[in-house]
Parts: sequence; structure tokens; C-alpha cells
Amino acid sequence: MHRLDVKKTYKLYIGGKFPRSESGRYLPAKSPAGVRLDNYAHASRKDFRDAVVAARAATGGWGKASAYNRGQVLYRAAEMLQSRASELVNEIARSTDVSAAQARREVTLSIDRLLYFAGWTDKYPQVFGSVNPVASSHFNFTTPEPTGVAVVLAPDQPSLLALLSLVAPVILSGNTAIVVASEKFPLPAATFAEILATSDLPGGVVNILTGKRAELVPHIATHMDVNAVVDGVGAPESSGTLQAGVATNLKRYANHSLATADWFTAKMEDPYWILDTVEFKTAWHPIGI
Amino acid sequence: MKTKLKPVKNAIPRVPATISAQPIIPLRERRLNFGNKWNFAPAPEDAKNYVIAPQHELFINGKFVAPRSGTYFESVNPATEQTLTTIAAANAEDVDGAVKAARKAYAQVWSKMPGRERGKYLYRIARIIQEKSRELAVLETMDGGKPIKESRDVDLPLVAAHFFYYAGWADKLKYAFPGKMPQPLGVAGQIIPWNFPLLMAAWKIAPALACGNTVVLKPAETTSITALRLAQVFQEAELPAGVVNVVTGAGGTGGALVNHPDVDKIAFTGSTQVGKLIASSVAERSGAGGRAPRLTLELGGKAANILFDDAPIDQAIEGVIAGIYFNQGHVCCAGSRLFVQEGIYSKVIKKLRDRIQTLRVGDPLDKNTDIGAINSRPQLEKIRGLVQSGVDEGAELTQTQCTLPAKGYWFAPSFLTGVTQAHRVASEEIFGPVLSVMTFRTPEEAFERANHIPYGLSAGVWTDKGSKIFKMVNQLRAGVVWANTYNKFDPASPFGGYKESGFGREGGLQGLAAYCRLD
Repeated sequence: MHRLDVKKTYKLYIGGKFPRSESGRYLPAKSPAGVRLDNYAHASRKDFRDAVVAARAATGGWGKASAYNRGQVLYRAAEMLQSRASELVNEIARSTDVSAAQARREVTLSIDRLLYFAGWTDKYPQVFGSVNPVASSHFNFTTPEPTGVAVVLAPDQPSLLALLSLVAPVILSGNTAIVVASEKFPLPAATFAEILATSDLPGGVVNILTGKRAELVPHIATHMDVNAVVDGVGAPESSGTLQAGVATNLKRYANHSLATADWFTAKMEDPYWILDTVEFKTAWHPIGI
Repeated sequence: MKTKLKPVKNAIPRVPATISAQPIIPLRERRLNFGNKWNFAPAPEDAKNYVIAPQHELFINGKFVAPRSGTYFESVNPATEQTLTTIAAANAEDVDGAVKAARKAYAQVWSKMPGRERGKYLYRIARIIQEKSRELAVLETMDGGKPIKESRDVDLPLVAAHFFYYAGWADKLKYAFPGKMPQPLGVAGQIIPWNFPLLMAAWKIAPALACGNTVVLKPAETTSITALRLAQVFQEAELPAGVVNVVTGAGGTGGALVNHPDVDKIAFTGSTQVGKLIASSVAERSGAGGRAPRLTLELGGKAANILFDDAPIDQAIEGVIAGIYFNQGHVCCAGSRLFVQEGIYSKVIKKLRDRIQTLRVGDPLDKNTDIGAINSRPQLEKIRGLVQSGVDEGAELTQTQCTLPAKGYWFAPSFLTGVTQAHRVASEEIFGPVLSVMTFRTPEEAFERANHIPYGLSAGVWTDKGSKIFKMVNQLRAGVVWANTYNKFDPASPFGGYKESGFGREGGLQGLAAYCRLD
């Protein structure tokens, strides 16, 4: 007898939990061939605001965790990705328009990239910070610190690799992130959330929303408790609105829109991307008795 | 101008009529009182050797040229209200001419020049500034109202040092950005404020030129004289024509520069309000698919100066005074909120009250003057309005008892006690010699309240305990934290804000990033 599959609804990932959209809305995910796969949550403005609250609450612990600890947590996340690689490959292959081989390549590259960025947690302050030789009798040093809560807009493709490549440099310094997943291919992001939830990453450090980007963009731009926006989409209509958010509360804005193929190159394994969401703090103290 | 300010409590006339006429004051209420002995003979810096031309033109393509706008505005000495000169007001057409000159100089000369040669120009400029530093200091003081001892001993040495510092970077940029090949951005439009006219020009121009960019500088309309004198320095240094252009004027001139389609970078120092307008106009162009300039903003502040009960009190009082009254409080990083730990509150207030009575307010050209003139009448009105709001909301005002000159714009050094977090003076930037004093109990309360405003430019911490300093430095959301010191600046030390105090850094290694594209 034919066994009926159990269908699941892919949910949002906010504060370490998996809520449905408070709006009750959902959207159907379809395969490239047009076959209906599963439903996923259609995030609302309120969901976004909940995500900001969760992300803000997580900044205290994550932002002040030691660099070594953040590195360990990100290494652990890479381990989780590795052990569940086949699940991700399957998700990408069935729900996006890439071949199984391409999906495998995307997943292995994602794992390696996360590992790469995990190693930066306790190194980037040494590379980009400084001890400054001031002329007066003072000890003076400059260190980078996380800016706080960042919103990351992932492009449609590659659905997992681009998201991960944008989020890793944001969170490794101690920021927390709200990710707006690929609109066209949201399922790999939702599955990635399920994997993150079983890694050691504290709830609220990464929050993932699925749904319609254009609905959320104006609210992202004007939210007063968002410190930065990392725009991996870079479409003029959304980037203009997001940049206008700089004028709301001086959000930091970085545009990292790349061609799909570029996400697979070393070009974007760029530690300078970490600097998009850090603040440099300079401290002075007199030398003397 | 009449003010409704309440009289100061416990005020003692600084110059009593006769010693015998003084009432007997109980010991515990006695205050510092030098009587006649506090009067100094005037010691004015001689300004008559420095001639200010009656009319100033725009500096475009290496030459001083009359504005196409055909209009000029007056520049007033805020200490005397006398007109010093008239200054050309650049319109959009003038700005376009300056940008074209900068573009041409960028394409044909400056971007092609080896870093080493660019560095040599910067060295030359630095040397000439050193040689002319007294003249420039006097002009700065006459035009802006700041005390000569500050323009002479702080502003000008830092201006020269800034050019020296970035001169050395011009041929070493690849070491500033490991793994990258830094490239210049192109034409930089730079808009600077009136509080440190030459120093802000140096902060902007030196790194821009070191990285290979060319510049269109827009000084503040009340302080344009020294920027144009700096243009003469560039001429004397034989800096190629068009590498730096100076367009003077008010907000409209700045707007024309921000909105010019051929500017690659906008660097602005000024109010958060104007910074947001600039950000908004850049976003509009970006949204329309146009070429938008890169942006760095250094905006307002309302710094917390946190005084713990284990601090070296006398040293801290000096730091608090320097923190708020330096440059009449016209300092974006001024320590304008003083948080005092409860146990030492009465002691601190007594010392503060005594200390401000010793501040000498008056002729900025006098070498003894601590507090000069307020930069302009509108700024004076703004300060008065905010202080009045503090008094109206229930704070108690204490001011230096001094006779303010009849002419000019003046505001006596002031502090407000009984300030609560809800008062306007606890969160709004006054940009004047006014300190808001509040108390706290625990370090957690101190940093939470310090961080509880949209600004995040700077902060101060006073304690003898090292671990407490690091805890506070770690927790304060501010770009510069001075521990057991305040208002220190150095070209090697990056400066810039968190949150609504802006983004980007000026000074130091990190300051180069604002003027480079990393390939």
C-alpha cells in the first residue's frame, strides 16, 4: 500500500524558537518544475519586530562572549552542517533550480566558509585594531566591537551559500542578525535554521524570516533598534529604501550584491566584510603615577 | 538680550567693594574667593601684524576667483561683533566649477602621482603651517572666538601634526590594508563645522590627499577665513592646481556639493540633523539607480563623564572642567553630562563651584582667557534656550560670577544640578559651556544611563581602579573613551561615533579607510 508522506510547514526562526507567522499567513513553496512542495511561513512586520526584540536581547550574551567562545560555537555550527549535509543537499536540489551535484558543491562550500569565518573571531581584532603611538604621555588603543543588531538581506541565489556568507561575518564579531531569506527559494534557509537550532548558537543570535522581501524592507529601514543593514540583494528599489534608513537612526548600510557565480569564489571570503558591522572604539589612559 | 535665568545661590561677588564690607561667612559655607588678587593685567596677543583682506574669493583650480554668484557675506568677530571681512558665497555653478577642477586634477595629476611625491607635498604643507602657526592661531581666534591659548597650543599644533602623520602614510598604504591594494575614491566633498575650523580641515584634507583623492572643501560660513588662508598655504606649497578647492558659503553651498553628481565621497562633520539630511539625499540618488557617493559622518554627541568615588578628585575636577569648558563647550565630544557617584556628590559640587569661579571669560586674544566668545548669535540663542529649559524643568543653575563684555556673544560657564534623565539638558546637545550634573550608585547604573541616549561619540571615566576602567571602557557605547583624562586628540588616534553620532573614523590607521577603495 502506498504510504502518504508527512508534510511539514516550514516556520520562522526567532529567538531560538520556531513560531508560525503571527499573521497566520503562509506561502506555498514550489519546485522549479512547478510541483507544490511544502508551505512556509509568510513573515509580517510584527514578526520582524519580534525578531529585532529577540536579536537585541541576545546581544548582551553573544556580544560579550569571549572571542574564543564565539569561535567554538561557530565551529560547532560547521560540524552540525557537516553531519546534516545530505539533508541540505536534498533540500537545495528539490526546491531550487540547481542540480544535485551543484547542490552538493554549495553545501560543502558553505561548511568550509563557516569554518573559515569561525577562525576570524579571535583574529580580526588583532588585524584591524591598533595600539596608537600618540605624542602625549598616554596609552591609546583601538579595538573593534560589534555594532549590535544587523539585518541581512539574502539574495535569491545561491539560497544557502549567500545567506551563510553574509551572516557569518556579521555574527562572528558578536552582532546578532535578522536574516530575510531568499524570496524565490526559502526552504534551504528554513532548513538551515533547523540545523542552527541544534548547534550551540544561542537563541536570537541568528533569526530567519521567510516571506516577501518588499513587504519587510520599509520596516527594516525605519526600525529604530536596528544598527546595521547588510544588503546582499542590492536591487535599486530595495537598496534605496534601505539606505534611506541611514537617515532614520544612522544605521550602517553595506551593499554586497554579487553575481550568483561570485558567491562560489574566494572573492567574498573577505575579512573586510566584518568591518561593515563593527565600531572602532579608542581608549585613552595617562601614563604616569 | 534679556534672560530669565534665576540668580545663582551662594554667589559671592568676585571683587568685593572693600574687605571690611564683606559679611562674615560661616566656615562651612566659605567658598574660594581671591578678591582683587584674581585680576590680571590684560595680555592680548598682538593681532595688528596680521592683515585680513577686506574681501575673500573662492579657491578653485589653484586660484582665488570671484564667485559666479556675485554675492558675498560678512564674517563677524564674535567677540566684538565687528565685521572682519566679506566672503564669497558659492552657488551651485561655483561648486560645479570646483568639482570639475578637482576631477581634472584627480584624473590628470594627483591619482597618477606616486604616493611618495604626494607625501612630500603633505610634508611641505605641514611645515608651512608650523611656520605660520601663530598667524593662523590669531586669525582662528578672531574669526571663531576661541581663546588664543587653545588655538595656539591645541588647534594649530594638531593641524600640523595631522598633515605630518598622513604625509607618512601616502607611500605606505598597502601596509594599512593587509591583503588589499587600496585605491583612491576620486573627488571628495568635505563639509566642516565652525568649532575647530582649521583642525577639521586638516582632519579631512590630509587623509584624503594621502590616499590620492582630490578635494572640494566647504568650510562653515562663520569661520571661513582660515580655510582660505590654508588655501594660500597650498599655493605656497605649490600643490598642483585643483587638488584642493575651497568653496565658501552657507547650507546651500554644502547642499550643492552633496548633490553634485560627480562627487565620489562626502565627508561631513556637523549636527546629527544635517547628517541625516545628507544621508537621505545620498539614499535618494542610490535608490534612483544613480551614482551615489560614499559617506562618512561625524555628528553630535552628549558625552557622559563618569566620576567614581575612588577617583583622584582634584585631577578629575580638572578633567571635568576641561571636558566641558574647552572651546566654550563647542565640542562634539564635550563631556556635557557629569555622572557623580552619590558618596562624593557634595564634595564634587563644592569643588566644581569653586573651580568655575576661577575661569577667566573674556577677550579671546588675551593669553589668560580660559573661555572665549560663543561662535555666533544663533548659537548663543540656542544655548540660552536650552539652559532656560533646564531651569524651567527644575534644575538649579550655577554660573561663573563674572562681568561679560558688553559687545560680542558670551555665555558664562555654567552647570546644572538636580537634572533628571527626562530633562532636555540631559539628552540634547547644548554645544556650549553648560554641564548637566547627575548622580549614580553602581557602575552598571552609570554605563546604562550613559548609553541611554541616541548619541555615542565619546565618554569619560574617572577611577583609580584599573579593572573598573576596563569594565567601563568595555561597556560604554562610544567611539572614544577617555579614562582619567578628557578631550585628548592625536593624529594617530581614530575619532568617530557609535549610533547617531555618525559612522567612519577620522585619524589613525582606521581613518584611511574613509578615503580608499579596497580591491
